[in-house]
Amino acid sequence: MANQYDLIIIGSGPAGYTGAVRAAQLGLKTAIVELEEKLGGTCLRVGCIPSKALLEATEKYDEAQNHLADFGVNVDHVSFDLEKMLQRKESIVNGLTGGVAFLMKKNKVTRYFGRGSISRSGVVEVVQESGEKEELTATSIIIATGSKVSSLAGVELHGNIVGTSTEALSYESVPEHLVLIGAGVIGLELGSVWRRLGAKVTVVEYLDRILPGIDSEIAKEAQKIFKKQGFEFRLGSKVTSARALEEGGAVVEVEGAEPLHCDRVLLAAGRAPNTDGLGAEAVGIELDRRGFIRVDEHFRTTVPGVYAVGDVIGGAMLAHKAEEECVACVEKLATGYGHINYAVIPNVVYTHPEISSVGKTEDQLGEHGVDYKKGVFPFMANGRARALNQTDGKVKVLADAKTDRVLGVHIIGARAGDLIAEAATAMEFGASSEDIAAVCHAHPNLGEAVREAALGVAGRVRQM
Amino acid sequence: MAIELKVPAAGESITEVQIGEWLKKEGDAVRRDETIVVIETDKVTVELPAPADGVITKILIPEGEDANVGDTIGLMEEGASAGASQGSSPAASAAPVHAEPVAAAPEASPEPAPASAAAPSSEVIAPASGAPDVRDSLPPEGFARVMPAARRAAATEAVDLNQVLPTGPGGRILKEDVMRQAAQPKPAPAPAPAPAPAGLAPERPHTPDARGEEVVKMTMLRRKVAETLVHSQQTMALLTTFNEVDMSGVMAMRKKYQDSFVKKNGIKLGFMSFFVKAAIEALKEFPSVNAEVNGRNIIYKNYYDIGIAVGGGKGLVVPVVRDADRLGFAQVEQTIFDFGKRAQKNQIKLEELQGGTFTISNGGVYGSMLSTPIVNPPQSGILGLHNIVERPVAVNGKVEIRPIMYIALTYDHRIVDGREAVTFLRRIKECIEDPARVLIEV
Repeated sequence: MANQYDLIIIGSGPAGYTGAVRAAQLGLKTAIVELEEKLGGTCLRVGCIPSKALLEATEKYDEAQNHLADFGVNVDHVSFDLEKMLQRKESIVNGLTGGVAFLMKKNKVTRYFGRGSISRSGVVEVVQESGEKEELTATSIIIATGSKVSSLAGVELHGNIVGTSTEALSYESVPEHLVLIGAGVIGLELGSVWRRLGAKVTVVEYLDRILPGIDSEIAKEAQKIFKKQGFEFRLGSKVTSARALEEGGAVVEVEGAEPLHCDRVLLAAGRAPNTDGLGAEAVGIELDRRGFIRVDEHFRTTVPGVYAVGDVIGGAMLAHKAEEECVACVEKLATGYGHINYAVIPNVVYTHPEISSVGKTEDQLGEHGVDYKKGVFPFMANGRARALNQTDGKVKVLADAKTDRVLGVHIIGARAGDLIAEAATAMEFGASSEDIAAVCHAHPNLGEAVREAALGVAGRVRQM
Repeated sequence: MAIELKVPAAGESITEVQIGEWLKKEGDAVRRDETIVVIETDKVTVELPAPADGVITKILIPEGEDANVGDTIGLMEEGASAGASQGSSPAASAAPVHAEPVAAAPEASPEPAPASAAAPSSEVIAPASGAPDVRDSLPPEGFARVMPAARRAAATEAVDLNQVLPTGPGGRILKEDVMRQAAQPKPAPAPAPAPAPAGLAPERPHTPDARGEEVVKMTMLRRKVAETLVHSQQTMALLTTFNEVDMSGVMAMRKKYQDSFVKKNGIKLGFMSFFVKAAIEALKEFPSVNAEVNGRNIIYKNYYDIGIAVGGGKGLVVPVVRDADRLGFAQVEQTIFDFGKRAQKNQIKLEELQGGTFTISNGGVYGSMLSTPIVNPPQSGILGLHNIVERPVAVNGKVEIRPIMYIALTYDHRIVDGREAVTFLRRIKECIEDPARVLIEV
C-alpha cells in the first residue's frame, strides 16, 4: 500500500530529519510530515541557523568597527548593509533547508506537506493548507513537533513591534530601543545582533540572574562582559504587560518600576511544547502538567506504537539533544538498542564571548551535596587568547573530590563552543580531570586553557 | 557512518567466542557481504560479513582473543567505497540547485565520512612497499583500554591492572577503578583464579624450559571438548561393554548390491548405514539408551537423532542425522558423506550439531582396535566402532578366518542397567551379522 509505512515522523526539525535518515539507513520505509514548506524546523528556519548567520555578520562589523584598530589594522568608514545581511541569512537558510529536502530524497524518505495529526494508533492524517486530507498508516509514529514561544501573561504580540525571535531575525531596520523579555540564550543572542548594529538593548528578567541553567559563576561573568558591551539589565523584574502603542512604538510595564518605552519588544521568556492540532489527547496520549508529552525511557507515549522525542517531551531544548533522542528512538525500534547519555549533552550560547557547558553546574553539585574539586584557568593567561585579543573569560573544570571523575566543564571565552567538544568526549569516556591533564595539547592553543583548568583541579596549574 | 562490527549470535547456547583470523586489516576496503573476520565458537566457525561497503577502520579485538556475543570487535566506515564507479561523493552530488552543499547542514553531518576522503581506494591506504607500517607504532590494545590517569594511578599505587574491575565505556579502566582497587584491604585476597571453564584447571605459574617450549592458547573448540568430556566423566556413571561382530554378512551384502546401489543412488553403500539402522533397532528395544537424565526425571525420546562423529578441519565434530529411523540406507549414507565433506571445510552449521539422542563414533577409520568412548551429555549412550580385522574364529566347531570388528557401548549406568546395555550391544551384533533382521524387525 502506498500510504503504509514502517515509520512516520511528524515534524522535520533536527530530530525529525536526522531520525528519518537513520530510519531509512536501517531499512525502514519512512515518511516525514511537515507543516511548513521548508524542512528543518525551528532550528534551520527561524532558530539556530539564521541567528548564527546574523551573529557572525554583526560580529564582523563590530570587530571592524571597534577592534581591528587594536591589531594595527585601520579601516576607514565602516558601515553595514542590513539588507545584505538579511539576504545572506536567507540564502544560508534556503541552502540548508533545501539540503534537508535533498537528504530526504536521497534516503527515499517520503515527505508529506501539511499538518500531521494522529487520528488513532497507527494512523496519521495529513491536512494540507488547501484542506485536502490524506490518511497514512504506520507501524510506528514518532512525534517530533518541537516547541513554540511561550506566551507571557500581559504580553500582547503585535507583528514585529511586540514579537518573538522569528520577527527579531528579520527586522527590516535596526531598532532604536529593543526590550528583551527574558535573559535566556535566545534573547541574549538576538539582543547581541541588534546591539552591535546600534540598538539600545534593555533586558528585563524575572529571575535575579541571566542565563538560567548556566553555571551561576559563569553567568555572572557573562553579565559583567555584556554590561560592558552596552546591555542594560533589569534583573528580578516582573513584566506585567507589553503592548504596541497606537501612536507607534511599544511600552513594557514592569512591576514596581517606571514603564519602558521602546520601538521593539522581543518576548523570549522560554519555549513551550508544540502539540497544536496533533490530536494527542484525543487518542489518549498523556501530557504532563506543563503540556509536554509524557514518555518512558524508550520514548514511548501512553499510546502503543506512538513515540515522542525532542522539545515536545521537555528536558534541554537543544537541537542536538532532540536529534540524539530521535536517532536513539529509531535505533531502538529497528535494532532493539538505542543510546543516549543525558549526562553529557553540551550546551552553547553563541554570544561574544561564547559560553558553553557540559555536565553539572556548581549550583547543581552544591544542591546535591556532591563533594567536588574545582580547577579554573582564565583566558587572560593563554597565549593564543592574547594573540586573538580575546582574553575575557575562563575555563572551569569540576571533578568529584574522591574519584576525580569530571562532573562538569564550563567555559566562557573565545570559541568556547568549540572547546567544549573535548570536555564532552572526555566525560563520555568517564575521564578524570587528570586524564584531560594527561593529554598532550597543542601550543599555542585555546585548548591549553582546558588542560590547565583540569590541572587546576589538583592544584597543578603550570601556566599561571 | 562508523559501523560497529559485533559478534553475531551464533546460536542460543553460545555466548563466548574466540576471534579467528581477520581476513581484512585496518584500512582495507571491503564490499558488502565480504567476509571480514572468522569467528570460532565452541561448536562451529562462523564468518562475519561486512554489513556494507566501506573501509575497516579499527580492529578492537585481535586474533586469538576471546569475546562475547554482541561485543564490538572492530569498526568500519561505511561508504568509503573502494569502487569509485559509484560516482561522486555524497557531498559533491548534493542538491546542485542549492549553492550550499548539504554537507554543511549543521546537524546533518553523517554523510561525508572522513575515511572516504582519505581513502578513495584501498590502494591509497596500503603502505608503500618498504615503508614502515604505521600500525606497528600504535599502542597495543590493552594499553588503549586503560585511561591515562588510571595507568599513572596503577603505577603509583602499585596496583596490578589485571586485578582492576573496569567500569568505563568499552571496558576501559578508569582512575576511580584503580583507586577502588587500591583501597581494598591489604594483603589483597589471593588473586581469584580466573574462572576457568569447568574441566580446565586454573593456569599454573609457568617457567619455560630453556630447551624450548611453545605455549599455545586452546581453541574454543578444544576448550569446549575438554569441558564436555570432564563434565561427562564427573556427572555420569559411565561403564563400557564390548562385543565382537562378524562382518562377513554385511560385507557380502555390500558386495552383492554395491553396483546397483551406486547406480541408483550415486553413492557407495558403506558400513555406517548398517550400524545406524542396527542402532535404531536396538534403541527401540531399549528406550533408556535413547533417553536422558534431567534432574530427577528421565526423558524418553520417541525420535532417533543419531550423532555421527566425523573428523573435521579443526577437530572432531558430531553432526546429527535427524529422524534417522525414517531415512533409507541411501539417505543415511548421503547425509554422513555430506557431513564428512563439509566438516573438512569447517562448514558444519551450528544447528546441525545440536540435539542428538545417541552417538556413533567410528575410531576404526584411524585403526583403533578397541576403545571406551565417552558419552556426549545429556545423551546416555555412545556406540564405538573399530577396525575390521580378519581373525580366526570358531564357527560350528571349525576354525575359520572371519572379518571381525569389536564394538563398544559406553552408557550412563544411572539409567541404563547392565543387562540392558549388554543386550543392546548383542542386538546390534545380531542385526549386523544378519542384516535381514533389520528389515523384518526380529
